[in-house]
Amino acid sequence: MQTCLSKGGGFHFPPCHVLNVCGFRILFDCPLDLSALTIFSPVPTGYRAVVDEKDSDCQPYSTLDSDCVTWKRQKIGKPLDANDLICAVPWYKIVKYLHLWNVSFIDVVLISSPMGMLGLPFLTRIKGFSAKIYATEVTARLGQLMMEDLVSMHMEFRQFYGPEGSTFPRWMEEEELDLRPSALREVVLGKDGAELGGWMPLYSAADVKHCLQKVQTLRYAEEVCYNGKLVIKAFSSGLEIGTCNWSINGPKRDIAFISSSIFVPAHAMSFDYHALQGKDIVLYSDLSSLDTMEGIEDGYSFLTTDSFSTLSWEESAQSLLNTSEHLEEREKLYYLCSCAADSLKASGSVLIPINRLGTFIQLLEQISASLESSSLKVPIYVISSVAEELLAYTNVIPEWLCKERQEKLFSGEPLFAHVELIKDNKLHVFPTVHSPKLLINWQEPCIVFCPHWCLRLGPVVHLLHRWSGDPNSLLVLESGHDAQLALLPFQPMEMKVLQCSFLSGIKLPKILPLLNVLQPKITLLPEDLRQKVRFTNVNPFSVFHYSENKTLIIPSLKDSSELEIATDLAFQFQWRNLKHENMNITRLKGELHVAHGKHWLHSGNKPSKSNSSKSRPLLHWGTPDLETLLSILSKMGINASVEQGVGVEGSKKACIVHVHDPKKALIEIGDTGTVISAVDENLASLIFEAMDSILDGI
Amino acid sequence: MKARQRGSQKEIKFHSMAIECLVLGAGQQVGKSCVVVSMNGKRIMFDCGMDMAYHDHRRHPDFSRISEYGDFDKALTCIVITHFHLDHIGALPYFTEVCGYRGPIYMTYPTKALAPSMLEDYRKVMVERRGEEEQFTSEHIVECMKKVIAVDVKQTVQVDKDLMIRAYYAGHVLGAAMFYTKVGDSAIVYTGDYNMTPDRHLGAAQIDRLQLDLLITESTYATTIRDSKYGREAEFLKAVHKCVLGGGKVLIPTFALGRAQELCILLEDYWERMNLKIPIYFSSGLTMQANMYYKMLISWTSQKVKETYSTRNAFDFKHVLNFDRSMISAPGPCVLFATPGWISGGFSLEVFKQWAPSEMNLITLPGYCAAGTIGHKLMSGKPSKIDLDKDTQLDVRCQIHQLSFSPHTDAKGIMDLVKFLSPKHVILVHGEKPKMATLKGRIYSELGIRCDDPANNETVCIPSTHHVEVGASNTFIRSSLNPNFNFSKMSSEDESDSRLKDGKFMPWLQVKDERAAEGILVEEKGKRAKIVHLDEFLLMLGEKKHDIRFAYCFPINTDNLEDTKSTDVSSSSNALSVSGRSSWLPMLYIKLSDELSGGNIQYFGEQIQVESFSVSLCLKDRCPYRIVDSPPNKCEAVFFCCAWSIADEKLAWKIISILENRNYGTL
Repeated sequence: MQTCLSKGGGFHFPPCHVLNVCGFRILFDCPLDLSALTIFSPVPTGYRAVVDEKDSDCQPYSTLDSDCVTWKRQKIGKPLDANDLICAVPWYKIVKYLHLWNVSFIDVVLISSPMGMLGLPFLTRIKGFSAKIYATEVTARLGQLMMEDLVSMHMEFRQFYGPEGSTFPRWMEEEELDLRPSALREVVLGKDGAELGGWMPLYSAADVKHCLQKVQTLRYAEEVCYNGKLVIKAFSSGLEIGTCNWSINGPKRDIAFISSSIFVPAHAMSFDYHALQGKDIVLYSDLSSLDTMEGIEDGYSFLTTDSFSTLSWEESAQSLLNTSEHLEEREKLYYLCSCAADSLKASGSVLIPINRLGTFIQLLEQISASLESSSLKVPIYVISSVAEELLAYTNVIPEWLCKERQEKLFSGEPLFAHVELIKDNKLHVFPTVHSPKLLINWQEPCIVFCPHWCLRLGPVVHLLHRWSGDPNSLLVLESGHDAQLALLPFQPMEMKVLQCSFLSGIKLPKILPLLNVLQPKITLLPEDLRQKVRFTNVNPFSVFHYSENKTLIIPSLKDSSELEIATDLAFQFQWRNLKHENMNITRLKGELHVAHGKHWLHSGNKPSKSNSSKSRPLLHWGTPDLETLLSILSKMGINASVEQGVGVEGSKKACIVHVHDPKKALIEIGDTGTVISAVDENLASLIFEAMDSILDGI
Repeated sequence: MKARQRGSQKEIKFHSMAIECLVLGAGQQVGKSCVVVSMNGKRIMFDCGMDMAYHDHRRHPDFSRISEYGDFDKALTCIVITHFHLDHIGALPYFTEVCGYRGPIYMTYPTKALAPSMLEDYRKVMVERRGEEEQFTSEHIVECMKKVIAVDVKQTVQVDKDLMIRAYYAGHVLGAAMFYTKVGDSAIVYTGDYNMTPDRHLGAAQIDRLQLDLLITESTYATTIRDSKYGREAEFLKAVHKCVLGGGKVLIPTFALGRAQELCILLEDYWERMNLKIPIYFSSGLTMQANMYYKMLISWTSQKVKETYSTRNAFDFKHVLNFDRSMISAPGPCVLFATPGWISGGFSLEVFKQWAPSEMNLITLPGYCAAGTIGHKLMSGKPSKIDLDKDTQLDVRCQIHQLSFSPHTDAKGIMDLVKFLSPKHVILVHGEKPKMATLKGRIYSELGIRCDDPANNETVCIPSTHHVEVGASNTFIRSSLNPNFNFSKMSSEDESDSRLKDGKFMPWLQVKDERAAEGILVEEKGKRAKIVHLDEFLLMLGEKKHDIRFAYCFPINTDNLEDTKSTDVSSSSNALSVSGRSSWLPMLYIKLSDELSGGNIQYFGEQIQVESFSVSLCLKDRCPYRIVDSPPNKCEAVFFCCAWSIADEKLAWKIISILENRNYGTL
């Protein structure tokens, strides 16, 4: 059974699923929808703070007089303006249907990326939550840094608005929400109005620490066994450093979970799809192709398997690794660098609130190189509470990087250029905008990398307020989010805004070749891809489409489980050959163990009572032939005579065989059974043997 | 006529294959580790070391024993290297580039990163200083390393469809690993060198509890129980401290990678703690560049060192400065790391010439120096004069400290590992013959595990594990995993004594979970063998069950019974016969309970049941199962009808004999 809790949205909000495997409930990822933060007003700075405060919602309403209501109602239809944003300590939105589940029934949580971890402290602090959580070592570390950064940026709100009350915040009340513009209301409530329950006040630093203690970290391709039944392994997905796909092997089915993956990334270890080959089920959860599609006008022509059915396996595999998308990404970075250089030359500064680690690191390398080549002497700042640790960390994890970066390890060079940049004083790292060192060091124009991409939290808010009026400055945003809404509090914006999309997963044309290579028996695809990826009847695998909050029953593939029999037990087998069928059978008895995703049968501690030739068949079938019986009996020295037709009511009659010699006995042979009655044990036993020989038995 | 074969083995095959272990090096000696293991059709070479004590063909493992005609690609599935020490990797470039092996080679990331420098340093010493004919060139090293696939610890690597390898942290040096290798159901671990206790810069060896057929372990310290490495590290630090306090200079000749960083991290830490300001220098051969390797590989160090990466990487040596040739004769104390190790020439020799004559100075030497080097000469005794060449002689008055903290496990560590893994078999390598024999004896006598210590070029064969893989139906699995409670009552006779045995009250009713997997293994031509539950089996065959049961109807003489009963029961003869009869069954029940020890006897009113055996009153005048001749007087006998199935044959006849025993007088 599979249930998709959320399709997510973009790189920062991965999808979320619940999957039932072998009776265990597995939750895949637990992200936060941070794009929802845009409905809050950022912390006002300087002069603006005083002005804004008059209108802010944190001021207690004495009465809600009707004038005010009508005034606000008029605004509902109008375009949003900065005053519509909620002025309060922000709450955070978790996956919409997750709060409808009883988390204590979750057995395993698999975290594929740092982004998929941001909501985890909400789960781990719930009483009764006892699931085992697995994530790669790097995902756990990066996730921890992201969460710690989030908590520290959030502090700014706390300091401004004062401590939160424990009660329901005002803005969530129904009357209040009714007054909000519809676009905003939709973010709060969701399209179907069901999402209000997904809002949570942010976790604390202690919650994060507690959460991390519960995470069991893994290396790529490290095996862990859950409950003896599930063998779980993480394999690189290529999206980011440390992100992974999952392989789950159970006694009955093998499953591959594919999150957003990149075949040839420029920093992280590449997508290890070979490891996911030949699974029974592929849960395809890379929905990135849905996000990027909207922006493309010409649209993709429909893909069918026809074009690929002729492709051999090798060709399919080859087509996955073409480097065009890699080059495309490089082009984007070059373009970005040239735009940055233009701004800098015009004495404007460049603000890059991009938190994607890979993009950030590569941009850092590219920009510094292009500054070097254009001999622009401009400082680069990285401002974030975790930047120093993050940059140091990326340089001590060569095992998690792509081949090219690993080569740097083997030749003794730093893995990333920022190591040298920091040493050469070209790159400056500060924890906050008001760190004393920054104030001494500060130079403009400059390039600043800082969080947060939602433009509501962190140093970016301060710098946007500072530069929003400068037409020479440049703001680089990641596309895919509502930039209009994001920039609302900073209007009027004179600053140039460059929106850029980065590769965040498997591109549409590669889905089919990938499935062709993986050769699963069943593929689970999102409903939204039904029209985009079409399969013909010649598919070697069946396809099921899932949609949000609908449970999909996946048919069972095998009617049997794998079982390993210990050799010593196997040597005790006493095979019987069946007369009619071409079949050998043996009775077996042992102790069944479940370990390492497999069933094992061992001969138990107790020596089996009768493993010698004395063991007798306990179950018989077939129709006994009387004449054969008599002749066998006579060979045994038993004389018998048949008395036919004692049957009641003329139906199939039971016949009775009387034995007089050597002793008295009676064999009553019926349609479904035989009764042996003899004066003593020996004779009864002999007759049984005779019967046994004319019937099939085990 | 009897179309039945018993004991025949059909489609299910039993491989009785063995694991074959050919020791090419480090058999009953320390040096040139190399073991070739064949299991289930795969052949893996563990380590490819060189023996530095020899200068002829004996320094290499005898590769011709792997393949007579030198077709190594076919003969070997892969090579696994445990760590970067020369006695484990020294012969690798020769084997790949000169002998022509082109298959895959596996080693950990640090080993792949650090090995080239180790090999190159060694090559230089051999060729440039001693003028030997070179066994491999620098290009050979580069080409050889290109064939290497780097692995992470705990990463499960599928070499091919059947062969899986996995590295475990071994502690010994940076990147040292033990390798778990599995083909089919057979599994072994080859340890390489390992250390079971953590030290200042590395953690202790760590491995999962695995099901193993064979453990091949090093046994350098097969009989010694050693103090911790901390003690010997402290000795080194004390010696250095004493020297610099007295204004002396310390020369530490090392190669670029490995020992240099290891010792430097010790000194840095010590300098910090003792607040020493005396300079530590790196000679030009030891660039900071080399430290870059260690910085990036910090996650392979001990927990304490690892945690420093973000604030200050422990390999970012704060106290270390670059050394200039002009400083050799500058006054004042200092510590100098200089290349090459073993003082085989170059800068370390130059410094040695200047510093050796003063008794204030200190020279540290590693545990091993190649023969023919100054280091080697210094190690043998304490010479006061050393011949630099045939014309020059040098007075050596300085102190010499030999580093003795080679990070091997001691005997306790080996025993602990063997006990922890509990393999079916142990092979000892990399040790001294007499000590290995002692350890071998201990492993057998204390742990009951068979153990071998083959000499070089010997082969050891040990049996391997196999399982037969079959399918199993869901019903079978479910029924086998369901608890099967067995209730048994204590029999009355031992009630009085045993219920209060040992002062403990034993419950009258005992419940045991006698879970057993019982089923039928079915093998059809062209199909995979499958286990089904008994109930499913006939359904599968499409056959009807033919139940064979036994029946037996017998009289019990009730004369005595009547006498004892008549007082209690009413006088009507008709009623007497009925009510009298109804009370006989309970009496049988009591009798059975008394005489049949064990067994689960149940009384259901109409009948008594023991397992499949049931007995009830037979009211028929002519019961077909009344085989026994009736007693003459029918009125005095009551008939009981029994039925049972073959499983309880013995039990049934026993009960009948109890019941037929007509002595009811005691009742």
